[in-house]
Amino acid sequence: MSKKDKAPTHLLTVDGLTVEYWARRGKIRAVEDLSFSLEKSETLGVVGESGSGKSTLGLSLIRLVPYPGKIVKGNIFLEGQNILKFKNEEIRDLRGRRISFVFQDPMTSLNPVKKIGTHFVELIRVHEPKISQKEAFERAKKLLNDVGIQPERINDYPHQLSGGMRQRVMIALALALNPSIVIADEPTTALDVIVQAKILDLLNALRDAYGMALILITHDLSIVMERSDKLIVMYAGRVAEYARSTDLYTNPQHPYTQGLLKSIPNIELTDQKLEAIEGSPPDLLNPPNGCRFWPRCPYVMEKCRIKEPPLFETGANHYVRCYLYEGGKTK
Amino acid sequence: MSQGEILRVEQLVKYFPVEKSFLEKLLTRSRSFVKAVDNVSFSVRRGEVFTLAGESGCGKSTTGRLIVRLIPPTSGKVFFNNVETTSLGTEDLRVLRRKIQMIFQDPYASLNPRMKIGRAVGHPLEIHGLAKGEEERKKVLDILERVGLTPPEQFIDLYPHQISGGQRQRIAMARSIILEPEFIVADEPVSMIDVSLRMTIIDLMLHLQKVLGLTYLFITHDLAIAKYISDRIAIMYLGRIAEMGEKDEIFSNPIHPYTQALLSAIPVPNPERRRKATELKGEVPSAINIPPGCRFRSRCPYGEDGCKNVEPDLVEIKPDHFVACHRTE
Repeated sequence: MSKKDKAPTHLLTVDGLTVEYWARRGKIRAVEDLSFSLEKSETLGVVGESGSGKSTLGLSLIRLVPYPGKIVKGNIFLEGQNILKFKNEEIRDLRGRRISFVFQDPMTSLNPVKKIGTHFVELIRVHEPKISQKEAFERAKKLLNDVGIQPERINDYPHQLSGGMRQRVMIALALALNPSIVIADEPTTALDVIVQAKILDLLNALRDAYGMALILITHDLSIVMERSDKLIVMYAGRVAEYARSTDLYTNPQHPYTQGLLKSIPNIELTDQKLEAIEGSPPDLLNPPNGCRFWPRCPYVMEKCRIKEPPLFETGANHYVRCYLYEGGKTK
Repeated sequence: MSQGEILRVEQLVKYFPVEKSFLEKLLTRSRSFVKAVDNVSFSVRRGEVFTLAGESGCGKSTTGRLIVRLIPPTSGKVFFNNVETTSLGTEDLRVLRRKIQMIFQDPYASLNPRMKIGRAVGHPLEIHGLAKGEEERKKVLDILERVGLTPPEQFIDLYPHQISGGQRQRIAMARSIILEPEFIVADEPVSMIDVSLRMTIIDLMLHLQKVLGLTYLFITHDLAIAKYISDRIAIMYLGRIAEMGEKDEIFSNPIHPYTQALLSAIPVPNPERRRKATELKGEVPSAINIPPGCRFRSRCPYGEDGCKNVEPDLVEIKPDHFVACHRTE
């Protein structure tokens, strides 16, 4: 995480990433000064509400930030290479083969007029032209089998599969080129809770079997608490808190994280007293001065309104953007 | 009719015909139906929050729409304050709708984008001929304040696009209570709202319930929220109630294998918790071809021969705890 770490040994190092969108009404900083690292076989959870920048972060990692968005600052190192310096050919290689993406909506992510098998064959042969059609089909069957779909379904069209099965196909597609990182952006939001549990179990099992790293982006804190090793809590484009999941659960430090944990119902508790976070997230066209969270913060102090706090290191791998922890080391 | 009962639903059924192409109409005579609600009975007590919970396609929303009479039932009866509502004519229905209101899921689609907030909230008063002009405005201001949109003068002349999703849902809430109803059907009222704001809407609902003496039929797929808000809960599966009872009883002592699977699949915000994998096979069958016998059999970890032929009834296994499963009979 440290700034001097310019020759990163991590699988993925994101350093000071800043992404802006130029809207007609002004400039929106969707992601600002975001840094983290990821190791092999690790799961990173990214949690935030709509507009927090979590999806923009995911898209940045595969150089797919849509126009009029632009990465304006920062570096992203994948296995030591800065992907922001990649040329077109390398970007194509990056997407799918080195980092792959599972999107939210399995209903619209597959081409309705192409058979399941065709999706695989196209993907595999674009990246690995030497592979024959037949070999690609065989690999597709094995992948389908790995995600729990009968290989015979390879000749089905997407509409013949249920939502859960389509998401399994999407996951199999994401694994087809053996990437080192899979990013799943709200992979289960469109699915029912039992199917959701199965898909998340599957992602976990595949992460171990394929030795890849997983980035799980979601608005649902419960899901990432359960499933990830480390967690980034995002608020209005900023990292509010970054820590190991267990630390975040036992010792949430940022008032926003604390508020979130107090506002989500937990079915294992009886007579839970839930508290809402007052107010609503800021308009990023006109963000508040100082800390982005101060208008909703129960502990707001004078300086919070003037200057945005940096990330303070409050423990081993525990970072918080809040003046309450000013005693800790500054990152 | 037991004491304090406000709503009773008896053997409610709703089948939607499946659209066929012209050619199919010529070639086949058989018609097929989506059995969205297939014999559902329950009753709601005055002043409680009764929740219908289940996965998508289980018929919970259709049941809500049938109760408000947005759609007519195929068969079955709905009693509101002991009056049978399924056979009411247009005029009686209008009177009924003052007493039963509905809040919808999508606060972006349920408000007319060209109507100012004040007018959207006051419109029901005009429709029912209760107030207009200055009197209407005064009432609207009062209601806006009640749902926490303060100062109300600031909101009354805004258009829906000028306010946030959470505020829109407050507007929907305001519009539903302005006629002073007794009963509100809330269909997934918080599922499209950001996590940090959900509890504010839930708290508002509970506050208004206390102040105005409302009864809620709450429809949700989110059992964690159901547990927080409900007094009693009914778990639906494929058009039927699988299990029904007091909230604490259902969550601490689930009997139906579907309820058990559903509860075990809910994520819990605790990284130390070791989840046990859900045992359910496959996915929900199509509501067009519901298998004979127990409709849950194809996924049930305990499926026995007896389940193949006879559909289990919803049986009271102990006071106020009902289960539809052959294993408990």
